[in-house]
Amino acid sequence: MTHMPKPLYLAAGAYTMSLGTGRPEFNPRKARPGLEHYIQEVGRAVFDQIEDPDVIDEGVIGNFMAARFNKQGHLGSLMTIAHPSLEYKPMIRVEGACASGGLALATGIKSVLSGLADSVLVMGVEVQNTVKAVYGADILAGAGWFAGERKAGGTYFFPQKFSDRAGAFGQKYGVEKSRAAMAHWYATAIENARLNPLAQEHHNAVKDLVGLGLTPPDARTFCEHINLFHCSKVSDGAAAIVVCTKEGYKRLGLKRKDVVKIVGYGHAAANLTAPPPELTELTTSRKASGLARKMAKISAEDYGVIEVHDCFSITGMLSLEALELAGPGQSIDLVMAGENKRTGRFPTNTGGGLVGYGHPTGASGVRMAVDLWKQLTGKAGDFQIQLQKEHGVMISMGGNDKTVVSLVLKR
Amino acid sequence: MDLNTRLQNVTVIGAAGKMGSGISLLLALEIAYRALEHKDRTYLLNLVDVNDGALLGLLRYLREQAVKDAEKQMSRIRRLYADREDLVENGEMIQAFADEVLQHVRTGKTMTLAQDSTLVFEAAFEKEELKVGIYKELAAICPRDMYILTNTSSIPLHVLADASGMLGRVIGYHFYNPPAVQKLLEVITPDVCDSELQQLAAELAKVLRKTVVPSNDIAGFIGNGHFMRDGLHGIREVERLAQEHGFVKAVFFVNKTSREWLLRPMGIFQLIDYVGVDVFQLILRVMEKYLNDGLHSPLIDRYLELGIKGGQTSSGTQKDGFLKYDKGAIVGIYDPEKQEYVMMDGTWNKEADTQLGAHPDPTLSWKSLQGDPHLDAKLRRYFGSFGANPTFGVQLATDYFRVTREASLRLVADGVAHSAEDVNKVLTLGFFHLYGPINDYLD
Ligand SMILES: NC(=O)c1ccc[n+]([C@@H]2O[C@H](COP(=O)([O-])OP(=O)(O)OC[C@H]3O[C@@H](n4cnc5c(N)ncnc54)[C@H](O)[C@@H]3O)[C@@H](O)[C@H]2O)c1
Repeated sequence: MTHMPKPLYLAAGAYTMSLGTGRPEFNPRKARPGLEHYIQEVGRAVFDQIEDPDVIDEGVIGNFMAARFNKQGHLGSLMTIAHPSLEYKPMIRVEGACASGGLALATGIKSVLSGLADSVLVMGVEVQNTVKAVYGADILAGAGWFAGERKAGGTYFFPQKFSDRAGAFGQKYGVEKSRAAMAHWYATAIENARLNPLAQEHHNAVKDLVGLGLTPPDARTFCEHINLFHCSKVSDGAAAIVVCTKEGYKRLGLKRKDVVKIVGYGHAAANLTAPPPELTELTTSRKASGLARKMAKISAEDYGVIEVHDCFSITGMLSLEALELAGPGQSIDLVMAGENKRTGRFPTNTGGGLVGYGHPTGASGVRMAVDLWKQLTGKAGDFQIQLQKEHGVMISMGGNDKTVVSLVLKR
Repeated sequence: MDLNTRLQNVTVIGAAGKMGSGISLLLALEIAYRALEHKDRTYLLNLVDVNDGALLGLLRYLREQAVKDAEKQMSRIRRLYADREDLVENGEMIQAFADEVLQHVRTGKTMTLAQDSTLVFEAAFEKEELKVGIYKELAAICPRDMYILTNTSSIPLHVLADASGMLGRVIGYHFYNPPAVQKLLEVITPDVCDSELQQLAAELAKVLRKTVVPSNDIAGFIGNGHFMRDGLHGIREVERLAQEHGFVKAVFFVNKTSREWLLRPMGIFQLIDYVGVDVFQLILRVMEKYLNDGLHSPLIDRYLELGIKGGQTSSGTQKDGFLKYDKGAIVGIYDPEKQEYVMMDGTWNKEADTQLGAHPDPTLSWKSLQGDPHLDAKLRRYFGSFGANPTFGVQLATDYFRVTREASLRLVADGVAHSAEDVNKVLTLGFFHLYGPINDYLD
């Protein structure tokens, strides 16, 4: 697909707080809200923004592993509790590891393009603080190739995979330089989270963030090339937004200024059973975002606001290279120059991203779309940036760069 | 015989008790790891206790704790199970490890379980005749080269060894509560003690990652040698202060200053309650029998007559003793005259607080100083300010401070401890004090 068959828009976005360590509301010993709570809370926040709830034709919910974290399947049906108007409407759950949210957006887009729907409610949810981290690592490892990789993998399967990438990156472009950039990535993520009241790290008051980010990795207790500050959080949360046509958003009671246009769309999946072709590159992310950019007919320089999947700070940096904002290894210079900060040339993850806001896995892709929508429509509140350009881009990535959905949005 | 061979058949007597269950856990984990590393050997851990119900509880406890340990040692566990194709996920390996731990454990009431053991840990009640009886029975059924490591906290080792015909084969292996967590291990070597046993004890301590403090074989050793005298000073202070201020207030003053002014984790009466008033009396009696040093308190005897015992319930909540507790917080003080608890309802205790005067530095507490990199300098400054601040509270704390230091110095002078440093180690590691009692902070 090289162009959108008809104009599509994103409207009425919302997300919940990302709950987990760092939030004062979080107490590992106390009972916490479940999937139902998040679905309803984020549903309410969307329906509050629209005039007629019946206008929503369908629902799509992205989720990775509720079947294990919460022993709950059948989320399509569960999604109807978001609003009474959804009863008997078509609802579908999609899964693509940490790109589940991205796939939910893709599915919503396809529904609207098919002509079967004018407005689709797209949601993402994950509630993963139900188990301790050692068991959570088992569950999340399902994003890799279980039969071929898990047994030989580490206790913390994915951190180790991306530690390997960070190690290869450091070897190629300088260990110290790359660690410094990873520390700055962390610092920027927290600075942004401090402006976002829903972010898990909103209350982080550490003074020397870079210093903390530079904590030497410890292979004995965690990973060889990354430390805990280079990781996204274990989170509970949900995000939702409406994919619609022009008629769709009008019937929702919204104006053009309230919505953003989807001008680029790219989706790629790579062989789960094969190791990455190149450790220092996110080849699938490059492919998907390239497709989206081509469809949008713009160049990387045109991005005014960016959302990348920084499940680890190294992934965030490699994503900037996949977006072609920097050449191989040059994300180091980009980050060290502060170009990814809210005041920089390429404001990235302005609401905190996965490191700062949190990473409720199935929700993250949708949350990214919501943050772009917020920035492009001027609804980002305390973390609103001064937009220099009118396009935004996002990369929703699953597993070790195996499923990627990328969208380019326009104000 | 080397340690690994001895660990192939180990027995714990009194395994289901407070200390016995912790010691059993340490050994069960060590044995499970060894069994996974040395697949050609058979390891057995015999857990003997006269209390059937408690033994069932012990198995449950071992399983829970094995899971927790495996969760923390995941990388090691993954390595150990690398060749088990059927175990892939962390969760599967954790369960397998918990099963492994229990597979080596046999529980029972009868001492015959110990018949093949060459290493026996004893943590039965603190009663001389009982322990001697157990050792005699063991000596009759176990291999000749069997060694006993006892957890006694007060009875002289040579007395136990001599009376049971086990001279040379008993050593004091005094874990602190809870054994699985506490780093301190007081090792008491009697005059007659096989050198193999001494080496074994040292090697095992290393394996279990304990910090050893050696004590001499004098009743009470370092830990109780200090604690009993510390407690008796508190009680005598109460008796002195009660004449002017009444009993309840006197307990309040002494408990509060010994905790907050001395920056300790607990006030002295809270500590006695924690250990148990009955245990306190028992240890006093044992020590007095051998030391003849005025280690006796009519007040303690009276409390026990009145049924005031302290100690903990099986689930670990604090029972009422000198003090009354609500969810761990002190809410009242026992009045032996009225035979009831007087609640700290904000009336009299407020006045008592005024009488004590302001704390010399309200920003400092045992908690606030945990892990403080400038601890020594801060303590020096804090205690240094006592002289310029002669409130009632400071006066009580100063007296306490001096008495506890003198008692500690005596432990060194009497040859109970080898050095001042050893006494300080026992208090900081075993009692979680911020500083050792032998210091120059008030000089
Ligand atoms: N509790 C402490 O803080 C502490 C600290 C250091 C040392 N100690 C010492 O550890 C030992 C045990 O103390 P505890 O507090 O665990 O006591 P406890 O009462 O909790 O446990 C003693 C256990 O021994 C069992 N037992 C009694 N007689 C037995 C027999 N003949 N055969 C088999 N089992 C028998 C009892 O059923 C009980 O389970 C004592 O010598 C004590 O002085 C206790």
